[in-house]
Amino acid sequence: MEIKIALAGNPNSGKTTLFNILTGSNQYVGNWPGVTVEKKEGKYRQDKDVTICDLPGIYSLSPYTLEEVVARDYLVNERPDAILNIVDGTNLERNLYLTTQLNELGIPVVIAINMMDVVEKNGDKINIEKLSEEIGCPIVEISALKGTGIDEAASAAIKAAKSGRKIPEYIFSGALEHTIAHIEEAAVHSMPEDEQRWYAIKIFERDKKVIGDLKLDKSVLDHIEQDIIKIEKSFDDDSESIIVNERYNYITGIVAKCYKRRHEGRLTVSDRIDSIVTNRILALPVFAFAMFLIYYISIGSVGNWTVEFMNDTLFGEWIIPAVTGLLTGWGVQDWLVSLVADGIVGGVGAVLGFVPQMLILFLLLSLLEDCGYMARVAFIMDRIFRKFGLSGKSFIPMLVATGCGVPGIMASRTIEQDRDRKMTVMTTGFIPCGAKMPIVGMIAGALFSGSALIAVSAYFFGVGAVIVTGIMLKKTKLFAGNPAPFVMELPAYHAPVAANIFRTTWERGWSFIKRAGTVILAASIVIWVLNSITFDSGIHFITEDSHGTSILEYIGNAVAWLFVPLGFGNWQSAVATVLGLMAKEQVVGTFGTLSSMASADLAAQGNAAMYSVIADEFFGGSGLAGFSFMIFNLLCAPCIAAMGAIRREMNNWRWTVGTIAYMCVFAYSVSLIIYQLGCWFTGAGNVPGTIFALAVLGVMLYMILRKNKYAGRTVRPGEVK
Amino acid sequence: MKTLKDVKVGHTAKVIKLHGEGAVRRRIMDMGITKGVEVYVRKVAPLGDPFELRVRGYELSLRKADAEIIEVE
Repeated sequence: MEIKIALAGNPNSGKTTLFNILTGSNQYVGNWPGVTVEKKEGKYRQDKDVTICDLPGIYSLSPYTLEEVVARDYLVNERPDAILNIVDGTNLERNLYLTTQLNELGIPVVIAINMMDVVEKNGDKINIEKLSEEIGCPIVEISALKGTGIDEAASAAIKAAKSGRKIPEYIFSGALEHTIAHIEEAAVHSMPEDEQRWYAIKIFERDKKVIGDLKLDKSVLDHIEQDIIKIEKSFDDDSESIIVNERYNYITGIVAKCYKRRHEGRLTVSDRIDSIVTNRILALPVFAFAMFLIYYISIGSVGNWTVEFMNDTLFGEWIIPAVTGLLTGWGVQDWLVSLVADGIVGGVGAVLGFVPQMLILFLLLSLLEDCGYMARVAFIMDRIFRKFGLSGKSFIPMLVATGCGVPGIMASRTIEQDRDRKMTVMTTGFIPCGAKMPIVGMIAGALFSGSALIAVSAYFFGVGAVIVTGIMLKKTKLFAGNPAPFVMELPAYHAPVAANIFRTTWERGWSFIKRAGTVILAASIVIWVLNSITFDSGIHFITEDSHGTSILEYIGNAVAWLFVPLGFGNWQSAVATVLGLMAKEQVVGTFGTLSSMASADLAAQGNAAMYSVIADEFFGGSGLAGFSFMIFNLLCAPCIAAMGAIRREMNNWRWTVGTIAYMCVFAYSVSLIIYQLGCWFTGAGNVPGTIFALAVLGVMLYMILRKNKYAGRTVRPGEVK
Repeated sequence: MKTLKDVKVGHTAKVIKLHGEGAVRRRIMDMGITKGVEVYVRKVAPLGDPFELRVRGYELSLRKADAEIIEVE
């Protein structure tokens, strides 16, 4: 017999650890249909007929957050055979609040109480038998950390699943129960008895999603509304609050009978750590040091070494020559050797080269996440970030993105709120990553005699773009819809679980590797083909004997006019920009190749000669044009790997295309304004261009300064909707 | 009307009522800040916002703007 068990519980209750122990390596990770919430399913280790579905970590089954809606849709529509509800023993009241909601679904619930060892260490006592009797479901004590009690919990859940549906118990006060019984009678009487209560309570709460799905008669709804208003008057509260209060009253009553606290107000180890880490004076220095350490290890010292090893030694010296040698040895045609070695191995290898660095970074980040520090980072940084429509949790992705945008965008996954996460994904690509630094170096070297101010301005523009975008977007309808409250639990610190950390690290790393094998593989082949074929005197490959303008160059010429208003309307810059989409380093690489083609013996004359060709021939000696080129390349669509990451995190093509289009338009606007207005200072200003630039500037200023008509999401006391 | 926003660090307040409506308020209630519960204001973030509260035996962070909807004694 196939049995489906749903694993439900609060975030930080040990649910992930429990799920990993229950299913071992037998997991399937995907997304819930249509949303970016991760879905995990697996077979129970001891019994392959039992499927365990890991629901998102939730506090409630309200209709307001994506995770909660996903969880409750699954429970209501799929109706698993049993729910295994993991409860944090050190935090009974809030955890059992979710239990009261799970209990009314009519699905058998088994409670697994976790962290009992901590409860006992604190000197507290929970009377499990009494609690089980009061709350009406079996309870098993487990320790997810030590792996004890897990199979007992699973057996209890399987047993409960076999026992079949049960009719939910009454837990509210008399008058409220009376009204709910009345709603059951009037609206959902035709449903199976075990499902009625949940629907009746949702109708009472005026849950729009449920009422919409039920398609009740207006007369029935009006009749019920009368009853609800009556109860609201007698409780002096609205129906939603009445239900929440009644649930907590019920829980408080039970906990008072079953939980014995030794004494309150004692400082735990976690409290002592917190008194330093979120101390008003020490918090920021501690935070800065932690960030420096992460950055130093993953991007600087160790990480940089792995990237150099992967790119220069592993791929550069070993794999590519070996592959070339092998293919040539087999007598394979030259073009095929080039396709495999330069196109596929070169392109995919350039991306795979970042894998070890990313694994290190993900390892450190999941370490911080698992021990509970991430929540504190969000707590410390929230004040700054929410000023421009982001939350404190957006800081980590931005920081990571200074190394590489791909893990940066992927790090946004830790942000639960959909709206904040989307905003973070959209803006993280603006941060100048490691691969954009050579562009800055080249422009500074060729046109500004190596001035360090250029690099500083690159960061300034990157951060500025994030801020301006945040301010502009938060005033649009797209980002106004779902309010993202910052009501966040600060979980107790605990020692990280090695198995969890390695698993998370690997899962994130693996999804990156998979993409390198698909999207990037395809893109590499396309770019190679476009760069190797010419239409000149019939379609043929460009070889040493038959030169010609590659299709890529034609494309460069075709789009070059677009960049005329930005000051770099030559085909070389256009090709470099297009190739930069492959990898931002490629911008510099392209200039290198093109400048040596412009002057045959340039390679022998070194860097300075190359710089002079770039400065004079490509930008006409104009520093302004070079600067505008640099800004455009820093802010426009990121490299294909980062675009792939955006696609993965958005999990939606429209948002992905929208993000990339937005970045391009934004980059274009900024470069246009810089170039056209800057021209007046160099004495080459032109009126139509300036008018265009001023118009764009005006639109941007309007979007930044206009009143936010979606503001005031927190309804103030006394206000009506 | 005195709200949770006005409660000083290190003090405890008893919740009387939650004003407003919608997602933020429901979230605050779901996290255990309900009528009659005692909330201890533990600390303020280094930049002055948000708060760290202790309610029902655990720590919760809440922005001051959101604390304004919580009426206390």
